Amino acid sequence: MTEVMDPIIRVEELHKSFGDLHVLRGINTHISRSEVVCIIGASGSGKSTLLRCINLLEVPTSGRIYIEGVELMEHKNQINQLRQKVGMVFQQFNLFPHMTVLDNITLAPLQVLKMPKEEAVARAQELLKRVGLLDKQDQYPSRLSGGQKQRVAIARALAMRPDIMLFDEPTSALDPEMVGEVLQVMKDLAKEGMTMAIVTHEMGFAREVADRVLFMDEGVIAEDATPAELFGSPKTERARDFLAKVL
Amino acid sequence: MNLLYGLTDAIYSNLIREDRFMLLVRGLGTTLQITFFALILGIAIGVVISIMRIVNVKWLNAIAKLYLDVIRGTPAVVQLVIIYYAILGSVTLPKVLVASVAFAINSGAYVSELIRGGILAVDRGQMEAARSLGLSWTQAMSRVILPQAAKNILPALMNEAISLLKETAIAGYIALDDLTRSGNIIRSRTFDPYTPFLLVAIVYLYTTTILTSLVNRVERRMRASD
Repeated sequence: MTEVMDPIIRVEELHKSFGDLHVLRGINTHISRSEVVCIIGASGSGKSTLLRCINLLEVPTSGRIYIEGVELMEHKNQINQLRQKVGMVFQQFNLFPHMTVLDNITLAPLQVLKMPKEEAVARAQELLKRVGLLDKQDQYPSRLSGGQKQRVAIARALAMRPDIMLFDEPTSALDPEMVGEVLQVMKDLAKEGMTMAIVTHEMGFAREVADRVLFMDEGVIAEDATPAELFGSPKTERARDFLAKVL
Repeated sequence: MNLLYGLTDAIYSNLIREDRFMLLVRGLGTTLQITFFALILGIAIGVVISIMRIVNVKWLNAIAKLYLDVIRGTPAVVQLVIIYYAILGSVTLPKVLVASVAFAINSGAYVSELIRGGILAVDRGQMEAARSLGLSWTQAMSRVILPQAAKNILPALMNEAISLLKETAIAGYIALDDLTRSGNIIRSRTFDPYTPFLLVAIVYLYTTTILTSLVNRVERRMRASD
């Protein structure tokens, strides 16, 4: 129980504006160890911005973000170390096109952790085996399908042994027949106890895998509940409307 | 018959007599040297200036912008003369070096804009992905962004080399015997204004044609690797 008391991520009164656009209007939440949290809501509700603030890809306008108790904004000079604890998977994969699959995965361990080459390669191969792409290690990303690219991107993030993985609409850019393979990798991760925050439109996945679902609306967390509660009996009108449209 | 006689006579007096063709050969050598060193140094300047324009530091942006405005707003020949007499004239340096530096300072401005364009053309997500993995800005730039930008830039950079080769024709203003000035020296000895400069033009054209075919080959190879 002590672990539940000690969240990996804590967000307090987080605000983010882009010029006049007030995207996040006071977010308060936390993510505990081994918890899988899905973030749902209409586009423009601030889901992706929240995720991007958590590893400072967007600099918050105000508020506090704690990663394992360390406040981000007060420790900007340590941002590279703090980011190592947080893996990020993007909608557009963002693999490095000029590197092979193996080099994509070993880059950060070699450069940032100064891991010996053999160890980095061995670890990368182990991760590739886990996502079922060991045979693609010498290919360039342009030769992979969307689903394969995203699985490599997940392996690349895992290579830094993060304490939490953030997924920003990981299946939204995929052809429908490739969504399943990526979700399967994510399910396996969840089963292994990885802490995950996932912005997604895959309601079936959220219902099946999430411990908690956050429903975001107009820059605030309108509902924070278990999947059964949120999908079964949403409390707010907006959540009911949203779910009626997407389910 | 008269025309043929006139032609052989012109060739003889402009090229053969007193080994005048050697003037053109040495002139071409000088032109190629200046072009080569100015290009290398210009690329170095271009990388620095383009990064100064991209980083989020106001005074660095301002210095880079000032440099670009001054260089692009004044003729290269004026810059060359100023750098030769005013800045480097006080110390004795080889003229080829002075000219290379002057042309590099000039070319660097144009190269920096090419590089900046090449960097900005790399998808934003690449920097984000690199940073999210814990790489520093410098590591992300050197390992992820610049290698991709280089591929965007290379063909344009080779075209810049070709224009630079032609622009060095003003090196004669600081009494440097490049290809163009060598033609002028021959003219002053033979009093024939046409033949020396026709020969000079042919040598330039031949050199740029070789470089252009090189650019085309590189471009083809890059398209193939996409």
